[in-house]
Amino acid sequence: MIPLSWYLILAAGLFSIGLFGVLARRNAVAILLSVELMLNAVNINLVAFWRYGDVSLMAGQVFASIVFSVAAAEVAVGLALVISVYRRRNTVVAEELDLLKW
Amino acid sequence: MTAEQIIFLIVGAVTLISGLMVVTVRNLIHAALWLVATLFGVAILYTLLNASFLAVVQVVVYIGAIAILFIFAVMLTRRQSAETGASVNTNWWMGALMAVLTFAGLAYLLQSWSGFSKQASAIPSGFDAINQLGDALTSPAGFVLPFEVASVLLLAALVGAVYLAFTKK
Amino acid sequence: MNFWNDPLKVAADWLTGILVGWGMNDVFAHVLVVFVGIFVLILILMVIDILLVWIERKVVARFQDRIGPNRLGPFGLIQPFADIIKLLIKEDTTPDGADKVVYNLAPMLSMMSVLILWAVVPLAPVMLGVDLNTGLLFVIAAGSIGTLSIIMAGWSSNNKFSTIGAFRQVAMMISFEVPMLAVMLIPTIFAGSMGMNAIIQSQDIWFFWLSPLAALIFLIAAIAELGRSPFDLSEGESELVAGFNVEYSGMKFGMFYAGELLHAFTFGGFWGILFFGGYRFFGLEQVSPIFGILIILTKALIGYWVIMWVKYTMMRIRIDQMLAFNWKFLTPVAFALVMVTALMNALLRGADSWLYITGMFLSNVIVGWVSLEIVRSIGKKEREKVEGLKPIAEAHH
Repeated sequence: MIPLSWYLILAAGLFSIGLFGVLARRNAVAILLSVELMLNAVNINLVAFWRYGDVSLMAGQVFASIVFSVAAAEVAVGLALVISVYRRRNTVVAEELDLLKW
Repeated sequence: MTAEQIIFLIVGAVTLISGLMVVTVRNLIHAALWLVATLFGVAILYTLLNASFLAVVQVVVYIGAIAILFIFAVMLTRRQSAETGASVNTNWWMGALMAVLTFAGLAYLLQSWSGFSKQASAIPSGFDAINQLGDALTSPAGFVLPFEVASVLLLAALVGAVYLAFTKK
Repeated sequence: MNFWNDPLKVAADWLTGILVGWGMNDVFAHVLVVFVGIFVLILILMVIDILLVWIERKVVARFQDRIGPNRLGPFGLIQPFADIIKLLIKEDTTPDGADKVVYNLAPMLSMMSVLILWAVVPLAPVMLGVDLNTGLLFVIAAGSIGTLSIIMAGWSSNNKFSTIGAFRQVAMMISFEVPMLAVMLIPTIFAGSMGMNAIIQSQDIWFFWLSPLAALIFLIAAIAELGRSPFDLSEGESELVAGFNVEYSGMKFGMFYAGELLHAFTFGGFWGILFFGGYRFFGLEQVSPIFGILIILTKALIGYWVIMWVKYTMMRIRIDQMLAFNWKFLTPVAFALVMVTALMNALLRGADSWLYITGMFLSNVIVGWVSLEIVRSIGKKEREKVEGLKPIAEAHH
């Protein structure tokens, strides 16, 4: 049988990969893609804790499904922002959007 | 090594490798398609964890809606999708360092926890996870308030996205 | 347990017995037999698919007052096989600048998204791939893989027409998933389960009589999901040449085409399963599973014929009409229907069955009538607005 540690390490790895993407990618859409990786890593943890704890307590699955809806909302608004920025500034490279930087 | 462990190792490797491809590939459509592979891997992990409902919802919501939305967004912002410059910024090594440190820190914290190598107890017979989940989401003693808040959030996101992306004629 | 009552299990046991007799590991033999079962199912489906090409061509010919294929073999039955040979020996082209891996992956995913559906289709009480308790959601999930394959095909072809076609088709599929999913909740409410077998088992009376409006909305959403006329604006021969698959040739095109036909047939089957009792027909399925298979295939064929009937008698609509129809009419009606059905179900749960059926039927009629009235009054206002503008427009001339 699979011990809990395997899932936790896998999720930690996926989270770190997503973190690298968020910190290093230039394109705003790619940054959003990396955020999705991080959310998925969190979800793996939530479901794993549900399965390895008391299965009759559904909090893990409930939180995972709420993360789904938050992710959908985040992508919808995030991509709308990216497209709106692209229309005004003609770029989606995050470091070129520096109006508030000084 | 049991069959379940072999499946986990293969799926886990595929998930991590395609996750790496998502953050490193230059072509953004390819990155989105690699994201689809990662999401599939995560869906299979959910089935390994006996959460079949979440696995199917993962495919419907993430692959059917979110990944497709990403591909649309990449196509709509196409002038940059070929990424003339580098795909990562100049501080990428700092990001890599942060990621490695995060992973090391998480691994260190987790392995010092007593329940780290816990084994799963068998699912009691006659246990229906979907019924339980539905009850938990709709009963006042359960999570009906977070559930309603999530639906309000979705509505707000819908209105916000339409408002942001709408061009006045 | 003999062959007449459970042919699948008897055959599987027989095959496993032979394999174990050869000294094979028990578990391994079982896995191998399952694989053989999947292979045989896919083989049968592909043969049905070939015959569907013939049926489609014959039926469209009759709709258009022609005879259809009639030269090769009796009634032109050999014609589809000749078509396949033609497709196989055609040159397999890949356009310049195409993304080769994605380009070749797309037709496979398209075919896969259809074949995977048959994993949850119950052919008879004892004959089904897997009785998932999320069966209906699984159908939607498989559809989202189809969506992915279309956008992959459209993007990787490096062709404006195919990209536009893919955009249209994907926008349509994502939009019509919403009313379809909402309407699928109605059989779920009646049966108390999302499993296909449970839904069929609880249809002592066809769900069509409990909720005719839901059956209609499901059919419309299924036709849109398939991208068939009147929702075939992704193909739009006169505007887009052939939509997302314009660059594909030979068997790769054949896979899209065969996938589309099998998809239509499959959704005819789902229509039968959700609203017309699936493999049940006056207890005939209890006699032998073989009758069950025949019944469900007949129902799927009838559903397929209805989809063809719509396809060859309706004209194509515009994309803005399609989106407005979905988001402003079909989705609200579907959600209202789900709410009304859940409410009626809660009110009438303990009542007599005839009261339950009449109540459900009447509530459906009322929801349909009210929504049509609302649409009519809005349409009247719109027409008045347009008619009111006319004199001004004429005055300008």
